[in-house]
Amino acid sequence: MGSSSSSMDHIPNAEELMQETGFSAAHLLRLYERFEFLDKDQTGELRPEDFGAIGGLALNPIGDRIISAFFSPGQETVDFPSFVRVLAHFRPNGTNRTRNGTQQEPVNSRTRKLKFAFQLYDQDRDGKISRAELLQVLRAMLGIQVTEEQLQSIAERAIQEADLDRDDAISFDEFKKVQQVSPHPQTPTKETPLHPTEGGR
Amino acid sequence: MRLCLKPLELVSLMRLSVVSLWFFIWRADCSLNILSLGVGGIIAKEPPSSLQQEMQELRGSAGCLRSEPEFEMADIFYFCRRGVESIVDDEVTKCFSAQELESWNLLTRSNYNFRHISLRVTVLWGFGVLVRYGVLLPLRVTLAVTGISLLLVLTTLVGFLPNRELRSFLSEKVHLMCYRICVRALTAIITYHNRENKPQNGGICVANHTTPIDVIILANDGCYSLVGQAHGGLMGMIQRAMVKSSPHIWFERSEVKDRHLVAKRLGDHVADKTKQPILIFPEGTCINNTSVMMFKKGSFEIACTVYPVAIKYDPRFGDAFWNSSKFGMVNYLLRMMSSWAIVCSVWYLPPMNREEGEDAVQFANRVKAAIAAQGGLVDLIWDGGLKRTKVKDAFKEEQQKLYSQVLVGEQDQEDQSGDRQLEEENPEGDRNNQDSSKGQ
Repeated sequence: MGSSSSSMDHIPNAEELMQETGFSAAHLLRLYERFEFLDKDQTGELRPEDFGAIGGLALNPIGDRIISAFFSPGQETVDFPSFVRVLAHFRPNGTNRTRNGTQQEPVNSRTRKLKFAFQLYDQDRDGKISRAELLQVLRAMLGIQVTEEQLQSIAERAIQEADLDRDDAISFDEFKKVQQVSPHPQTPTKETPLHPTEGGR
Repeated sequence: MRLCLKPLELVSLMRLSVVSLWFFIWRADCSLNILSLGVGGIIAKEPPSSLQQEMQELRGSAGCLRSEPEFEMADIFYFCRRGVESIVDDEVTKCFSAQELESWNLLTRSNYNFRHISLRVTVLWGFGVLVRYGVLLPLRVTLAVTGISLLLVLTTLVGFLPNRELRSFLSEKVHLMCYRICVRALTAIITYHNRENKPQNGGICVANHTTPIDVIILANDGCYSLVGQAHGGLMGMIQRAMVKSSPHIWFERSEVKDRHLVAKRLGDHVADKTKQPILIFPEGTCINNTSVMMFKKGSFEIACTVYPVAIKYDPRFGDAFWNSSKFGMVNYLLRMMSSWAIVCSVWYLPPMNREEGEDAVQFANRVKAAIAAQGGLVDLIWDGGLKRTKVKDAFKEEQQKLYSQVLVGEQDQEDQSGDRQLEEENPEGDRNNQDSSKGQ
């Protein structure tokens, strides 16, 4: 389709980006237009405020976390290649095109997706989700709808279930395991052995 | 022109099918693709399911269903996906940019995805430019100038007449004539449907708003009293002239904020059955004619009959949407006059009244739904004011509430406080209570 070739020139390193992220030319163009649209003052880079202007994101409870996922630590702006690389994580799995000679894992593999979600929890990037970080996310997702005690107990259970090496934090491997195993028996769990009011309410 | 458009249509069809294939592959995949989404929203996203439904899908695919819904680490995926979806494309910002066409209509301004196709098309386009700017534009500008000056002069003259009946009769004729000239000036081809439902005296006419030209289009077929802010300059002159012969409602800038004053003046006007129906655009701002945004409730609080009108423009001949952040008024009018034509349909809907036990907001939503259904527009909950301001926190709380209902279950406050007491007494058993209370 000759129609898109002229505008691809606006995009720096389009070929490399396509290789790296697996997006087609049409999708890259689409994303570029979206990037330009979000970039209200035409600086060629996006700032957190540009993301904040999106309505659907502003009402998302973890909206600001998603925004900060686009920015590398210490950086205040996002350029188009970084923007596309982050979005590349979300490409559907089934459509990877085979590339000759690349041994590395595709950007949108399951592990990369899980890593992205993990980093939404782990804001200080120390590789572990601490109890405090988990509480922060829960508070963001639930707001004022639950009490502090309920929040604490939810966090407590989540850590109990996932934390296998008992270091009171969830590492990335533990996080992955939680997603893989079908881990939820319907019978009473180990925390609730013999309480008389258990079940049958 | 038909022959040339066919290859373009083919191209866009191919593109559409590629993107829709993308979506189908995504849907066919299972839980792994919770974190995947289709890029390139040329077509609409999959039908929006509620938060509860999506959570069920998430949990169901992760393993056997739990009898007691609880927090899972994977719950964040839902919010993550929604967030990134809105980064890639979102409903609100789409409403404030011009609608995209499936195939090109030979106007450069509509040229989003279609770059150089072939020499033949370019030549046609060149010819089109000549015709539009060389022939159509001068004719139209002349007509427009004639129309506006006639409006000014004649309404002032009619205003001098002492006899009230004669004055209103003549002013009706004068207004209609001038608006017809203006309509010709824009080459607006209007189809009116269901004229039997035309607004009557003593009512309020509400319509969806796309452009200031909406006023001319509606006023071409009947006489309305307009409501608006008093401007200065040429607009102000026109406003003052119009008021002399028929009762329009212009507010000073300071008065606009005073809701009671506004409501009172509108109410007074409506109560007088000899006065024309008022024309109001409840969205408050121009939307791009693909959807209808939230109606402000002010005009629905007045106790009278509401006559809804749906206006739908055909984008193939010229995009009528006024993007006020991009174009000023004069620029916009020039663009309008150098398009091929403005083709639109106007549907007069049957009159509606506020029912017993319905408040203004519900009534407004009912009217909005009727207009959206008739015009084939998408009915959105968003406030048109989002063009300029940010989303209110209330929406975020709504999301949090929905999610907490999935976790904690829909319970009365008594239950929750009861549980809290038990928790304090029995710290070991508090998790048990959480389990049992979350179960139902």
